[in-house]
Amino acid sequence: MEWLQQLVNGISLGSIYALIALGYTMVYGIIKLINFAHGDVFMLGAFIGFFAIARWDMGFFPALLLAMLLCAIIGVIIERVAYKRLRNATRIAALITAIGVSLLIEYTVIFFRGATPEAYPQIMAETSINFLGANISTKSLLILMVTIVLMLLLQFIVHKTKIGKAMRAVSHDADAARLMGINVDNTISATFAIGSALAGAAGVIFGFYYTRIDPLMGILPGLKAFVAAVLGGIGSIPGAMVGGLVLGVVESIVNAVGYSLWRDAAAFVILIFILIVKPSGIFGKNVREKV
Amino acid sequence: MLKVNNIDVFYGNIHALKGVSLEVNEGEIVTLIGANGAGKSTLLKTLSGLLKPKSGDITYQTKQIGGKPAQSIVKSGISQVPEGRRVFANMSVEENLELGAYLRKDRDGIKKDLANVFELFPRLNERRKQQSGTLSGGEQQMLAMGRALMAKPKLLLLDEPSMGLAPLIVKQIFEIIRMVNSQGTTVLLVEQNANMALSIADRAYVIETGKIVLSGTAKELQESEKVKEAYLGGV
Repeated sequence: MEWLQQLVNGISLGSIYALIALGYTMVYGIIKLINFAHGDVFMLGAFIGFFAIARWDMGFFPALLLAMLLCAIIGVIIERVAYKRLRNATRIAALITAIGVSLLIEYTVIFFRGATPEAYPQIMAETSINFLGANISTKSLLILMVTIVLMLLLQFIVHKTKIGKAMRAVSHDADAARLMGINVDNTISATFAIGSALAGAAGVIFGFYYTRIDPLMGILPGLKAFVAAVLGGIGSIPGAMVGGLVLGVVESIVNAVGYSLWRDAAAFVILIFILIVKPSGIFGKNVREKV
Repeated sequence: MLKVNNIDVFYGNIHALKGVSLEVNEGEIVTLIGANGAGKSTLLKTLSGLLKPKSGDITYQTKQIGGKPAQSIVKSGISQVPEGRRVFANMSVEENLELGAYLRKDRDGIKKDLANVFELFPRLNERRKQQSGTLSGGEQQMLAMGRALMAKPKLLLLDEPSMGLAPLIVKQIFEIIRMVNSQGTTVLLVEQNANMALSIADRAYVIETGKIVLSGTAKELQESEKVKEAYLGGV
């Protein structure tokens, strides 16, 4: 049952893409900015997790929480320092700034610790369980569980809490939200905090699963998560989840049929295809509003 | 209750309000009428804190509110029903109303006011779980008004509530404005539909290209030749 195994691999990989894609899509939803520094927050999360586990002897879950917390703070700082003053600037100015922030983070990390990769410490014995003839590692199950919990938590925050409702209101109409008494700046910061925390979690999970991390590791997963967000419909939270999973599974299938060198290309073929066929993405809304 | 003293407001490079002064007393319905682009919405946006006056001051009760952030103005008891309703189309009717009470913490009071809003607008109760983007224009106007009332305002600002609605619905909406006012909420109503606005208002101001050109009781303005000619469709 190699196929089933590939499917499980694909879902594990896809859930990492999905976690990163959520941050892209939430930030886009609220300030219409593709935050290209998001992949680097993912990288920082991986490194924070690494230091927490390897140097400070923390377990997986404490390390995960620490990475999420610090990444949330980093995300808010990035927003306040780099993007906030560009709220009313052209979108291309903000986009270029985002690329600048991305490079700044990457090369600051390289400046301080060099570009050598780091091996994630193995904190869990490599065991696998047999399910319908497929070997499923307990690691992938753990990843899957963590992702599901985080996504449920996100759904709860966005739909049931006050800050979540404020986020949805601001993303629909910032001025109308102001008239409700919503503090738009704080709501945008909260969005960056949540998106960045998810990217941080993805970083720790990535390191834990693939064991090798380096300062430029955020570029490709970041781009692919962006593809996943577009595939699902940028701005849509369920879209980012589904887009990430689909992308992960497609990559694993491409791998499984023997074209492993084409794995990375698959994501971008999907991007081109979706932009031609349905640019609004799977869950993209094409809502017409009554005036 | 509200005193606007000689404010100048710029909208980008456009000098949208030029030395505008007006006053709203507690319990009144005051209307501001004028043509498209005269500066009516600019004035309301300034009162709500979405725009900052360049000069002049706005006194509400005893506080200066000119240039204060929108949330502190909502908190002090001024709510706006914006032009074009601006309901949160991606959310349900109920969620829209909850957002209206965003700054309030008194759960019981919110519950009571929600029941009140549903009593004023039974249609909203029928559709409370429906996505508000699917409502008709009139229902969206009701929702926008209900949402503003959920903040329990002392002063309600209404920006063109009649816009794009059928005459029968307009009549209903104005009936409700009068009702809300009689329950103790002061109203500042901005309208192009001068006829309707003057029929329910106590006092009125006429604005033309950023300046107040006429003011008086609604009755006086209804009878003024100038208003008749320019806004009430001739003699």
